Amino acid sequence: MKTQDTHGSLFTYITGFILSVGLTLVAYFAVADQWLSGTGLITFIVSLAVVQLIVQLFFFLHLGSESKPRWNLTIFLFMLLVVVIIVFGSIWVMNHLNYNMATPSDTDAHIIQDEGFKK
Amino acid sequence: MHNNDSKTVFGFWVYLMTDCVLFASLFVTYAVLHGNTFGGPGAAELFSLPFVLGETLILLTSSFTAGLAMLAAHAGRPRQVLAWFAVTFLLGVAFLTMEVTEFSKLAHEGNSWQRSGFLSAFFTLVGTHGLHITSGLIWMGIMMTKVVRGGLAPNTLRRLTLLSMFWHFLDIIWIFIFTIVYLMGAAS
Repeated sequence: MKTQDTHGSLFTYITGFILSVGLTLVAYFAVADQWLSGTGLITFIVSLAVVQLIVQLFFFLHLGSESKPRWNLTIFLFMLLVVVIIVFGSIWVMNHLNYNMATPSDTDAHIIQDEGFKK
Repeated sequence: MHNNDSKTVFGFWVYLMTDCVLFASLFVTYAVLHGNTFGGPGAAELFSLPFVLGETLILLTSSFTAGLAMLAAHAGRPRQVLAWFAVTFLLGVAFLTMEVTEFSKLAHEGNSWQRSGFLSAFFTLVGTHGLHITSGLIWMGIMMTKVVRGGLAPNTLRRLTLLSMFWHFLDIIWIFIFTIVYLMGAAS
């Protein structure tokens, strides 16, 4: 449990800051200047956010310099598991709810379109 | 640091992780509702990207200066600690002012949280982050008066560590608000 005992140095904070500003600007201009479109762009900026999360966890919160047993990292990973279940589970459920709450004719249209059934 | 201190820090870390779960549920509420505009404007029409980039860079810089304040705290330099936390505080106030400006502009144009499911989810998510920032600023003010009065006592140093973790955490949450609400809103 020594995460915050190792409180970093000027070098780690400056590195973290420069990397974070860089990642933020790349994400911004990728959207503003439309480097990509559709799913490609979304995947790109979400990946940049995840990279920035890791950068800040390492350089600002010093998660990497924890000594064994790594309880801080353990509970962080458990939090990620819970978050993934909440986020993807909810999106999955709500999309299917929309699908099934349509009018009977809408549902028929969905089934014909999505499942390839024909009347 | 003493063993008790690292237990306190670990306890606070556990709190931050549960706060992540709270934000995750607000994020997914937004993700589910972001298309439900009830005939009103969507994310692409409402938000100004350069303005939000400004907010993001201000909060990022304040996270950096909070780190510098902690370096000064561990080096035992109370004046430097106060100076860096003062900078952090002002940047935090600037961020909050911009956020409140954006909120009141939206509300005045008739796009308040009552307008649509999308806007309810937006105000809840971003407003909850803003409330965290507000409590962080109050906490920072209290800690600065403690440093002025008592210097860098072990108790104060431990609380400053927790405060800086809280502040870094809020910056990380903001990265995802910036990406998911604003950038993805403008992209789609």
